[in-house]
Amino acid sequence: MDIANYIYLSALLFTIGAIGVVVRRNAIVVFMCVELMLNAANLAFVTFSRVHGNLSGQVASFFTMVVAACEVVVGLAIIVTIYRSRRSASVDDASLLKR
Amino acid sequence: MSILTTLQLLPLIGAIVIAVLPVGNAKLIKQTALGFSLLVTIVSIVMAFGFKTSESALQFTETRSWISAFNINYAVGIDGMALALILMTTILVPIVFLAGWNESENGRWSVKVFYILLLILETMMIGVFAATDVFLFYVIFEAMLLPVYFLIGGYGVGERAAAAMKFLLYSLFGGLLMLAAVIGLYIISTNQGGGTFDIAKLSELRIDSATQNWLFLGFFIAFAIKAPLWPFHTWLPTAAKSATAGTSTLLLGVLDKVGTYGMIRFCMSFFPDATKTFTPAIITLAVISILYGAFLAIGQKDINSLIAFTSISHFGFITLGIFALTSQGLTGAIFYMVNHGFSTAALFLTAGWMIKRRGSSQIADFGGLQRVTPILAWSFFLAGMSALALPGLSSFVSEFLVLLGSFAKYPVAAILGTTGIILAALYVLLAVQRSLHGETPATSSGIPDLNLREKIAIAPVIAVLVVLGFYPKPVLNVINPTTQTVMTHAGVSDPVAKVAK
Amino acid sequence: MTTSTNLVYLIALPLFSAAALLLLGRIADKWGHIFATLISATVFVIGAIEFFAMQGRTGESRAATQKIFEWISVGTLHVDASLLLDQLSICFVLLISGVGTLIHIYSIAYMSHDHDRRRFFAYLNLFIAAMLLLVLGDSYLNLYVGWEGVGLASYLLIGFWNQKPAYATAAKKAFVANRVGDVGLSLAIMIAFTQFGTVTFAGVKESASGASAGALTAIGAMLLLAAAGKSAQFPLQSWLGDAMAGPTPVSALIHAATMVTAGVYLITRSNFIFDASPMAQLMVVCVGAITLLFGALIGTAKDDIKKALAASTMSQIGYMILATGLGPIGYAFAIMHLLTHGFFKAGMFLGAGSVMHGMNDEVNMRRYGAIGKVMPITAATFGLGYLAILGVPPFAGFYSKDKIIETAFNAGGIKGILLGGATLLGAAITAFYMTRVIVLTFTGTKRWDENAHPHESPFLMWAPMAVLAVGSVASGFLLSSGSALVNWLQPVVNEHHEHHTEEFLPPMVVSVMALVVVAIGVAFAILKYRTVPVVAPQEVSVFTKAARKDLYQDSFNEAVFMRPGQKLTAGLVTTDYKVIDGLVRMVGWVIQTSSTALRAIQNGYVRSYALIMVLGVLALVTAVWLVTL
Repeated sequence: MDIANYIYLSALLFTIGAIGVVVRRNAIVVFMCVELMLNAANLAFVTFSRVHGNLSGQVASFFTMVVAACEVVVGLAIIVTIYRSRRSASVDDASLLKR
Repeated sequence: MSILTTLQLLPLIGAIVIAVLPVGNAKLIKQTALGFSLLVTIVSIVMAFGFKTSESALQFTETRSWISAFNINYAVGIDGMALALILMTTILVPIVFLAGWNESENGRWSVKVFYILLLILETMMIGVFAATDVFLFYVIFEAMLLPVYFLIGGYGVGERAAAAMKFLLYSLFGGLLMLAAVIGLYIISTNQGGGTFDIAKLSELRIDSATQNWLFLGFFIAFAIKAPLWPFHTWLPTAAKSATAGTSTLLLGVLDKVGTYGMIRFCMSFFPDATKTFTPAIITLAVISILYGAFLAIGQKDINSLIAFTSISHFGFITLGIFALTSQGLTGAIFYMVNHGFSTAALFLTAGWMIKRRGSSQIADFGGLQRVTPILAWSFFLAGMSALALPGLSSFVSEFLVLLGSFAKYPVAAILGTTGIILAALYVLLAVQRSLHGETPATSSGIPDLNLREKIAIAPVIAVLVVLGFYPKPVLNVINPTTQTVMTHAGVSDPVAKVAK
Repeated sequence: MTTSTNLVYLIALPLFSAAALLLLGRIADKWGHIFATLISATVFVIGAIEFFAMQGRTGESRAATQKIFEWISVGTLHVDASLLLDQLSICFVLLISGVGTLIHIYSIAYMSHDHDRRRFFAYLNLFIAAMLLLVLGDSYLNLYVGWEGVGLASYLLIGFWNQKPAYATAAKKAFVANRVGDVGLSLAIMIAFTQFGTVTFAGVKESASGASAGALTAIGAMLLLAAAGKSAQFPLQSWLGDAMAGPTPVSALIHAATMVTAGVYLITRSNFIFDASPMAQLMVVCVGAITLLFGALIGTAKDDIKKALAASTMSQIGYMILATGLGPIGYAFAIMHLLTHGFFKAGMFLGAGSVMHGMNDEVNMRRYGAIGKVMPITAATFGLGYLAILGVPPFAGFYSKDKIIETAFNAGGIKGILLGGATLLGAAITAFYMTRVIVLTFTGTKRWDENAHPHESPFLMWAPMAVLAVGSVASGFLLSSGSALVNWLQPVVNEHHEHHTEEFLPPMVVSVMALVVVAIGVAFAILKYRTVPVVAPQEVSVFTKAARKDLYQDSFNEAVFMRPGQKLTAGLVTTDYKVIDGLVRMVGWVIQTSSTALRAIQNGYVRSYALIMVLGVLALVTAVWLVTL
């Protein structure tokens, strides 16, 4: 098994996710891109776990999933709240911290 | 428990007691504060009687472990210099309370907060002179800024917030340099067998001269800002202009002495070589301070900034005396610290009463006060005479000792400093003439003279100035051993008279 | 040396009285003046007792000392508060307390209408205490305390009516000019201490001869500066004329008889310094000669009677200073002239006060005239003082001033002729301006203001004047008969070498010359002031114009010191605000401006924060990669 391919795929997914976070305005899409980045990392973890033959990487990816799940709960709640008050899911509209 | 610890705890207990008193009862709060401060005065006088002038070692020492990982201790102990300064502090505080009985009323916060701040400040003022652990000293040195910051910013007049901020940032900057130097000292002591912050042990370190120079500057700049020495002085007039009379008294009378005290206690004993290296430069700065402060004082229109600039001039004298390193110069300088405390107190308090009565701090707004308020006028006049070092008042003894002591080693500096007495006459007499003499303007005609409370407040200050002027011996006896210790440590002796008998 | 226990009372009593009168306030209004006068008289009695006690002792034991307490003891510096009463100081003690008491008595009447009479007497007592400390201190530092103390008393008394701005300014001017002199005294003490390790007179005297010429000259020059400040000598003389703002008894006591002669005392006391330094002596005689002519010239043009007398005082002290620069014999003559001058000048000042008292405080002599008829006693006492200052035999000035002229001529060579000529010229001008005062005031026609109703002053005022007039007549003869004063002072001012062997002019010739020039001066004045215009004529010679302006000393001081000083102060105030504080404020400004600039990055858009984060991570990764490369 050539780990390089897995790593390339992981890096590609991560980059797509990162670009998505930076360029997209819809909060839901941004959120999905964040998930993409997390899962790209998970892929890398699992790959290395397989290569090194121990379970640490898989355990780490479980952690990531748990964190991602929590994040989804909190994040979606915030997005929904913002959407309710502002009738928009665009992150550019939520720039209140500037003031 | 050493009496010094008791002395520090008492005002703190006072602050706690005041904290639980009802906010509304301002009178009770004031009386409690005054009571505690008087108690401190009494305890400090008792302590002074227990002080042995024959011993040159530190007395009333106490050491308790504080942060054992870094060998930091709560360590206190005093010599003659510290005793004199602590006594000055404990005598001045109740006078400030009494003189500024009502100056807490128009503050941003309640009367209660004012007195809590002042009592905490008193604890720290005693602690800073008593500390024999450099880290403890540093902590108090910095922590003292906070009560003063709130006192100026919360209870001052005019642009009080800006003045308080300037004071705080300026002092913090100096403190930061000092912190670096303190850490440097600790590291050096670790390398030489056992890290310590104990002053006595640090004085025994062997430090190469390049390092000494850097560490010396770290300490010295902090103290020069505190003292303040030209050109680090600009925070002082701003602060004095905005602070209440009582705060100014404690700020210039006591807190600024930490600067000159630190020069003797730390700069000279830790870094004898660097002291020699920098002495010519410091003497120059001192002389500039004397003349610059005097000229600026002549040019001031605000009475509080005038007093602030006279202090800059006087701190120049003190610094000159310290770094002349002769027994007359050093003793004179230490005695000057005490006298300047009382002299400035007299000036600020009387000026404060004048300002309060007239509603303006511009000298031009006064005039003819001698006819209207003779006792206030006399008090201000005597305070002015003390500022120009009239013989018979204590400041003369110290100023003359400083000049006499520095003449033998630095004649040019002493001659220039001596011309400062002409300028002193000018700035005092100009202010006296403009505020006390001449026709009384209609705006000042109805103002009342000092009331009993104010008379009681100013009388001890003037009494101290007069008594120590005629009979300075008790204080000089207390100070002389310190002078000898410092000179022995620095390895210098007095110049010998050229023509021996 | 004898030890005495009474000396301290000479100072303590008037000091206590001054403090008591000031602290008690209005309660003491009723009896304050009597109390102060009694204290002054008591001091005189103690002085007299000490004097007679001294007569009973001989040689070394004549001088008495008293150590009161240890004052300052630091390192090698030991100064005791201790007093020394020797042959020199007893002269001053008697003069100060004697004339002082007379002036106290005079003031009771003179100040009777003043609301603040008690305060006035408190200041007078304060002055007596300080002046006695000045002459009794046994070290330069003790003297210095008295020296500044009399300065303070003088300041308070000149500015006694300080509600008038001009008077307050005059007081301040006197204090500051004195302070310039005080710098000299301070420096002299410092040099003395570094040279000799002591500041007592005895200690300095003992080792003075061992010091280098440069050090002695420096000490001498600084002492001379001090003397110039206190005694209104060139170039610090300008305050004395303004000091006449004080009540007239003050002018008589402080600015004629006692305080202004302190400089003469200082130089005489420091004879061991000046005798060892010819250079310093030369400076002393120059200052004396310049001032005696300076003062005399100013005196010729003053219309204010007190200012004319003040100029005369300046000039007469010039004589004394000149005498002190003439070596051992000169000191005794300086002191003799000081004592006789104390009598006749104080008497004339009191006379002037008496005239002013009768003329609604008018001081302009052009508004006087023919007062002799209405105020005969004043005129008579003033006249006796006038004859004394002129040096007409057998009045006091004849014995003291002629001796100074004679000694000046005998100084030898060109110096002797110059100094002698100056003193002789001074005598002629003195005769001129004093005659002018007499003519304008007491003789001629009435030029009074309509409201003026001059009358003779009350007994309390003329009695002291009469006593002083007796002094003006007899003191010279008494002090010089059998060289009484010269012999008396000899232990203090060292044995004098016999100058008389190489006399330049015999005493008789000097006296005749002096009388001739005096006669010329008198005649000239009488001729010139046969008619006196009420308004001072404006078309006058350059000399008169210069003399009216005090020979431009004030203008000089103003142009050279005051104006540049004010400019410097104003410049420094601006510099302090703009440059030094400006730098401090600039630090704050820089931080504030850069924060404002950086704040633009915080635009509130999540995506830009995310981008910055991505870039940051990239930068970090690149950095780590570069490092591990």
